[in-house]
Amino acid sequence: MSQKIKKKSTFIDMTAMSDVTVLLLTFFMLTSTFIQKEPVKVNPPQSVSDIKIPDNNIVSILVEPSGKVFMSLDKPQDRMEVLKKMGENYQIEFTNEELKKFSLCNSFGVPIQGMKQFLALSPEDQDKVVMNYGIPCDSTNNQFRSWMQFAREVNKELVIAIKADQNTPYPLIKDIMATLQDLRENRYNLITSLRNMPQV
Amino acid sequence: MAEIEQNGSGERKKGKQKKFSIRVDFTPMVDMNMLLITFFMLCTSMSKPQTMEISMPRKDLLNEQEQNKVKASKAMTILLGKEGKVYYYMGEPDYENPDMIQETDFSPNGLRAILLGRNQIVMQKIRELKQKKANLEITNDEYMTEAAEVRKGKDSPVVLIKATDFSNYKNLIDVLDEMQICNIGRYAIMDITPGDLRLLQDKTHAGYADDLKEVIEYRELKQ
Repeated sequence: MSQKIKKKSTFIDMTAMSDVTVLLLTFFMLTSTFIQKEPVKVNPPQSVSDIKIPDNNIVSILVEPSGKVFMSLDKPQDRMEVLKKMGENYQIEFTNEELKKFSLCNSFGVPIQGMKQFLALSPEDQDKVVMNYGIPCDSTNNQFRSWMQFAREVNKELVIAIKADQNTPYPLIKDIMATLQDLRENRYNLITSLRNMPQV
Repeated sequence: MAEIEQNGSGERKKGKQKKFSIRVDFTPMVDMNMLLITFFMLCTSMSKPQTMEISMPRKDLLNEQEQNKVKASKAMTILLGKEGKVYYYMGEPDYENPDMIQETDFSPNGLRAILLGRNQIVMQKIRELKQKKANLEITNDEYMTEAAEVRKGKDSPVVLIKATDFSNYKNLIDVLDEMQICNIGRYAIMDITPGDLRLLQDKTHAGYADDLKEVIEYRELKQ
């Protein structure tokens, strides 16, 4: 009786594993959306409202606690058009290259006078410096108003969303709401994070 | 990487075809997929942000004084103060009597209890509608439209929200949230008046008058 030691093969069949991972991958690709890069971190307040924001045609207004305002338009084409109009309004000529560069940055927030220098920077440098600026929106130099006005002219279907930090003092919000009211934009969304509905 | 193993011994018989067992090693494929999944999990978000829809009155249609008069007699006014403090009064303000202003907070027993107390009829109707929906007597869409109607109806109280410059955005959202929780359909965000600030000052002795001074100076500047 000779006993042979069976030589076990260490080959594991990975086909099933591969199936599972491909399935998961497909799921993630279909259900999720990419996180938009924002110049500043904003912590929106909580609310019980569970309305979802629409997918496209959004102009969002980002308000930081210190009062800096940033905007983002979701369509590159719109961004280009709006900058062109802004340039005409403030007598600044933007080259095609600059317009193209602007259409690549998702959110923006520098005074229009400094836009040329800003666009000359590399994208990495832009990300670094943009948080030091913000769109001027005081009553003497309300560039925010112009941006909103032209954004509406370029795209009639825009939905306005305000995303403000929960510690933003009310006067800053009031100014922005007053500007919007001035432009006859009376319906807009306030972005919040969800909390559970309490029992009443 | 396909692994093709040759089966059988080295000797081959003539005329017989080679027999291959074709086995593909999927390990690198799994590795790659895992990497991609990790990437997607880190760089994307599953949930879209929630929003709260509000509509403000049109400025050109807003004849403030008239509107105020119509509503003020029945309305409840909520004033947002410093550090999350909430003050309210019912009906028209009586500037001679600072005690008409009551202080409350955002806890369930504070503002919410008061609002629910004033909104009992609507809450009752909403509850009935919810019950109907639970019994499948009405569809969800019907429930939504009817609930919206009830909220806007005559029985619902009017709430005016006035925030002082000392409050922050969170307070505003919290109040709007309470409106939603308490099913109040008729509310408006309004600018605070110097009279309201004076009342707050008399009630709290907490420096609202400085704000008042600024407000008055600002208005004079505008005129």
